[in-house]
This record gives sequence, C-alpha cells and structure tokens, in this order.
Amino acid sequence: MTKVLAISGSLRSDSFNSKLLRNAVELFPDDVEIEILDGLKDIPPYDEDDDGDGAPEAVHALRAAFAGADAVFISTPEYNSSVPGQLKNALDWVSRPLATNPLRNKPAVVVGASTGAFGAVWAQAELRKVLAAIGARVVEAEVAVGHAPTRFDEDGTLVDEDLREQLGEVVEALVSAVAERHELARTAA
Amino acid sequence: MSAIQTKVPAGTWSLDPVHSAVGFEVDYLAGTFRGQFRDVQAELGIAGSGARITGSADVASVDVKDENLAAHLQSPDFFDAERFPTLRFVAEDVDLDSESVLVPGEITIKGVTKPVEVTGTLTEPITDAYGNERLGLKLSARVDRTDFGVDWNTPLPTGDPALANDVTIVAELQLVKAA
Repeated sequence: MTKVLAISGSLRSDSFNSKLLRNAVELFPDDVEIEILDGLKDIPPYDEDDDGDGAPEAVHALRAAFAGADAVFISTPEYNSSVPGQLKNALDWVSRPLATNPLRNKPAVVVGASTGAFGAVWAQAELRKVLAAIGARVVEAEVAVGHAPTRFDEDGTLVDEDLREQLGEVVEALVSAVAERHELARTAA
Repeated sequence: MSAIQTKVPAGTWSLDPVHSAVGFEVDYLAGTFRGQFRDVQAELGIAGSGARITGSADVASVDVKDENLAAHLQSPDFFDAERFPTLRFVAEDVDLDSESVLVPGEITIKGVTKPVEVTGTLTEPITDAYGNERLGLKLSARVDRTDFGVDWNTPLPTGDPALANDVTIVAELQLVKAA
C-alpha cells in the first residue's frame, strides 16, 4: 500500500496550513495510507555534534517517518518570505547524510496557505528548492491559498471550488509520481 | 583509404577502462568545474572503410571531489540516476580519414537523445607491452545541458546564473584490438 507522509509546516493549533493538509488528505484514494507527521515542535535545532547514533529520539522518529513513506505532501506557511524555521530545521535533520537520506528520489509536493494575497508562493518555491537539493523528486504542482481566513468554513473545509480542484490535481500528481516510481522499480528488478 | 585508416586494422577495438577517462567540464562561478564517470564502456568497430563508435557511462559512478555534490548530481535536480541511469553515445558513420576526426553522432542524457558533433584526434596504433594493438582516441563535444532537461541553476548576488549551460563532454579513450 502506498504511504504518504503529510506535513503541516505550521505549529499553531488552528493553522490554515493544517486545515489545507487535512483537506488534501481526504482527496487521496482509499488505497493510500496517510501519516500526518506529529512532533515537528519536538525537533531540536540541527547540530552536527548531536547527529549520528546519538541523535535525539525525536529525530530518529522523524527519519523513520520519512523512510517509511513512499511520498511526502507538505503544506507550508510563509514566514518573512520563506520557509518557516521549524520545517526547514526538520528537513535539515532528515537530509543528513545527504547521499543516503530517506528523501532521495522520493516524490514530494508542496502547497501553501497564507493570510495575505499570495498563498505562500515564495515559501513554496523555496521549499521546492530545498527538497530538490536534498534529492527529492519534486512534483511540479502548486496550490496557493491566499486570504486563507476566507477560504475555509467553520469545520475547516476548503470552500473555494477552484482551489479544491487544484488540490485534487496536486494529490493526483503525487499519486502518479509514486506509481511511476514503483513501476520503474518493478521493471528494473 | 587514408594513411591513418589503413593503419587501423578492421575489427573490434575494446575499451581499456583503467587508462581511459570520460568526464565533463562546465563553467561554474569563477572557473571551470570538472567531473568524471568512473564506470564507462566504449567500443570502436571498423569494417571496410566504415567505423562505428558506441559508448556509455553509468550516472551512479559520477566522481567529483565531494560526496554531497556527487549525491546532488545523481538526484532529479541533475542527471536523475534513478530514472536515467546511463548516458549514451553512438556514432554510426565515423570518418577516420585523418588524425583529426569529426564524428556526427547522437548523445543521450537524462533520457533525451540529440544529435551532436564530436571532434577529436586518433593516434596510430601501437603494440603495447603485452603484444596488444592499442590506439588512443580523444573526443570532445559541446552540448547545452538545458536541451536535455538538466536545468539546475542558482543565481549569484548579481542575478547572473552560477552555472553555465554549455558543457563540454570529454572522452580520452585507449582501445585495444580484440584478438
């Protein structure tokens, strides 16, 4: 069964990006298992001195979550025109050592929401660059939810039909990328 | 038939990989960056007045001076070794009429095949210490990496790209005639 690791880059309990992520999760086919990453807040700042066998337990769990997934779906807010520190920090831990990190060749997709007009497009672009540098297979698809407070109802449902459609297309693109990779592995075997 | 070609016996010439090198050169920042592929295959076939060259390189064997850079070069950002593990070159109609060779061929990078003009030099065959006939073939070709979907770049503070698009592929081959 395909497994997707879903990550909200926001820690806030009422986060728009967490809502966007939950909306995306509901759009995945039934045969895709979703794990929503928990514990981003528990990841300490990256320090090479702390890495290796003695890496913090939260980091072991983080790396295991990435290693166990076939793909990664991230919804990111935008802090000061870029990726929030806690999300970048987690990816920095996951990326080491670079040559064997669990994101290598793994399909990854990025969406985002912001309270402003642009829907975290700059953070999304930076995050795609970071994921590519780590070696992920970044799926070129985007959903930018601007003016986020107006896009969700009280239950957290994304009410904008165009955005829902775009979100569905992104989900489909990620599932296709996983299927293509599985097919490649099958034919190479 | 030319002086050189009459001295290159017909048959199959196989690569001596230890004494050969296949790599690339590309302008990066303030200089030229070079890398090599450790695992390469090549063959020169001569029949009558015609010659054929085939070659390939394993992307996973890319050899640069930093393991993190090697990992990045194998990633989807660059060569995408998982999906496109092999670089290929084939030239069916090689003119060996002089010491300077001009080879119209096809090169495949990242799954994209494009025609390419390769120039180079060919040595006259020698007999090596083991009694094998051996010749040297140096080839180079310039390609625009973006034609093959190798698009990565990053801007310098001025906004100019850090990495050039033009890449020179260089092969210095020693080939040994099959017994």
